[in-house]
Amino acid sequence: MQAVRQLGAGVLNMLQGLGRSSLFLFNTLARTPPLLLRFKLVNQQIYSIGVLTFFIIALASFFVGMVLALQGINTLQRFGAEESVGLLVALSLVRELGPVVTALLFAGRAGTALTAEIGLMKSTEQLTAIEMMAIDPVARIVAPRLLGGFISMPILAMAFSVIGVAGGYLVAVGLMGVDAGAFWSQMQAGTEFGTDILSGIIKSIVFGFVVTWIAVFQGYDCVPTPEGVSRATNRTVVYSSLAVLMLDFIITALTLNSL
Amino acid sequence: MQKKGLELMVGLFVLAGLLALAALALRIGNLGGVSVSDGYTVTARFDNIGGLKVRSPVKLGGVLIGRVTDIGLDEDDFRALVTMRLAREYNQLPADSSVAVNTAGLLGEQYLNMEPGGDDEVLKDGDEITITQSALVLEDLIGKFMFNKADEEADK
Repeated sequence: MQAVRQLGAGVLNMLQGLGRSSLFLFNTLARTPPLLLRFKLVNQQIYSIGVLTFFIIALASFFVGMVLALQGINTLQRFGAEESVGLLVALSLVRELGPVVTALLFAGRAGTALTAEIGLMKSTEQLTAIEMMAIDPVARIVAPRLLGGFISMPILAMAFSVIGVAGGYLVAVGLMGVDAGAFWSQMQAGTEFGTDILSGIIKSIVFGFVVTWIAVFQGYDCVPTPEGVSRATNRTVVYSSLAVLMLDFIITALTLNSL
Repeated sequence: MQKKGLELMVGLFVLAGLLALAALALRIGNLGGVSVSDGYTVTARFDNIGGLKVRSPVKLGGVLIGRVTDIGLDEDDFRALVTMRLAREYNQLPADSSVAVNTAGLLGEQYLNMEPGGDDEVLKDGDEITITQSALVLEDLIGKFMFNKADEEADK
């Protein structure tokens, strides 16, 4: 009996959380349009969310691209097709690794910072203080961060793909002696803008939306204690990583079949 | 000064994004290639299309001139009905051109190969290409070969 009750309580809790976060999202989105007139606020967030994450993304993508090229050449050599390594690197980066790895790094670097920042503001009653001054904390604090996240993530994912291809080029052409012309021509012949690249961009937009949403909601919804903030930060990483990987499957299934 | 630096960094960041998009579109992808979205549509019937798929390329002399947009079955004569869209810039193809299902390499993907005819009339939107050649099915070839071998053995 006790166990069944706990199960029920858990499900209700989960549904309540979903409902709260959806309402929170609608509330925030409704307060987003006025921000376009005060874009400085968003600028600041793009800097702390996007620009500061850029260097991690650049470094990570460079190594991911180099590893892809090394592994790819190793396997493709068995079929005498090491020229196709450019296509392999580009397709895996543009379609999968670019958006997914960027979203995971984004959740770890920017998402946690957002949650901790908003959570700490809440626990030190800064949000309440702002409200006392008749300033809407959702409009002033949350909305710019949400918008900054939406804008930053696709840019980061595209940069990831491009820098990754550069890393792959360096290894394949510079280190392993693949012909540069074949590397690019195979890549260009096999990578379609309308399907491959666009589906990657769609993915990065969706991931950016979801990760930022989870991060700001967890911060805004946290228990206002040091422990609560740490739990919320923890949840941001776990939830957004899982959400990204699950959504990735769904989007891939949808785009591969319909486009 | 602090503020200017921040704005500069954000500007550089967004610029990096735009450059990345341009690189994706032009350097990695093939947006600069042939666009068939505003082309014209022709159909062709085949006995067997093998592994032809929607979006498979249509080539003339090795040059990409269009893509397969739809594959269906004609219920009247039970032949495969292939619809393809050809780029508008190639609108001077003779009406008696023929298409064949070819394979790129021995095991590569299949595509439609067009051989131009000699007609003065040109292919227009909605036309049907009547001269077609089906896909070579490797299994059938092997089957025929085995059958012939068996016949030869029997004749001895």
